[in-house]
Amino acid sequence: MDQRERRGIIRDGIGVGIATGAYGVSFGAISVAAGLSVLQTCALSLLMFTGASQFAFVGVINGGGGAFAGAATAVLLGSRNALYGLRLSPLLGLGGPRKAVAAQLVIDESTAMAIRPPTPELGRVGFWSAGLGVYVFWNLGTLMGALAGEVLPSPRTLGLDAAVPAAFLALLAPRMRGREPWTVALVAAAVALLSVPFVPAGVPVLLAAGVAIVMGVR
Amino acid sequence: MIGAAVACYVLKFAGLSLPARVLANDRVQRVGELLPVALLATLIVTQTVTSGHHIGIDARVAGIGTGAVAQQRGAPFLVVVFVAALTAALLRAM
Repeated sequence: MDQRERRGIIRDGIGVGIATGAYGVSFGAISVAAGLSVLQTCALSLLMFTGASQFAFVGVINGGGGAFAGAATAVLLGSRNALYGLRLSPLLGLGGPRKAVAAQLVIDESTAMAIRPPTPELGRVGFWSAGLGVYVFWNLGTLMGALAGEVLPSPRTLGLDAAVPAAFLALLAPRMRGREPWTVALVAAAVALLSVPFVPAGVPVLLAAGVAIVMGVR
Repeated sequence: MIGAAVACYVLKFAGLSLPARVLANDRVQRVGELLPVALLATLIVTQTVTSGHHIGIDARVAGIGTGAVAQQRGAPFLVVVFVAALTAALLRAM
């Protein structure tokens, strides 16, 4: 394996980790603003370790949705990691304890970095460097954000309640290629809005998941 | 919270463990792509215009609007989030 290529990929992986760490700072601050403790916030990043699910979990709880609706939304959003795992498993070819560790690192960034390089060997380097890089910096960022969030004034004054949907917007934008995602997004959002006055908080998001499943298996 | 974290891990582990032909299934692929789209779109809308069971317009709408413009112009994640928060904060401070 070319050492220079290998080093370049490791450097990219750490770079992705640092960038994601900055995003972890915003997660930490938003989570504490939503009412979770610093410990709970850090536990989410250490254990759940999948950004969109974590934002959704604190977002639903902050909206009054309760722990169950928050957990269900987080798990549904985390289901895409299973698809990433399916794609990665022949590339990584792991078993035993290493596979158990690798599984926790299966996220958007590590998958992207594993699929990009030209050879499987470099792909594995990409997976581990981005996976471990993001894990370290995401958790450091979360801790910093959570501690900063504790001393900040009210989340509404800072506009943090607008930061949460904006974070979802930035996560959604790269997925909106072609007509189908737009149709699904608009139908799901309409169903959710129409149901808001009548069902418990958190349920509209789950109805939206139903829309995606119905339109997907059609 | 622990339950959700464990379930998220099980999903990741299952992906590494299932036979590759599951991925070849068109429906699995389609639902896998559409599910995040539907959930994120719904989260954006509900967190922008609802408070409890009420639908209403406040500073958050302006925030997400400027965030969307920043996103459209290719701004990085943190800039989009910051612009949205700043807009809502400034409107409320006025």
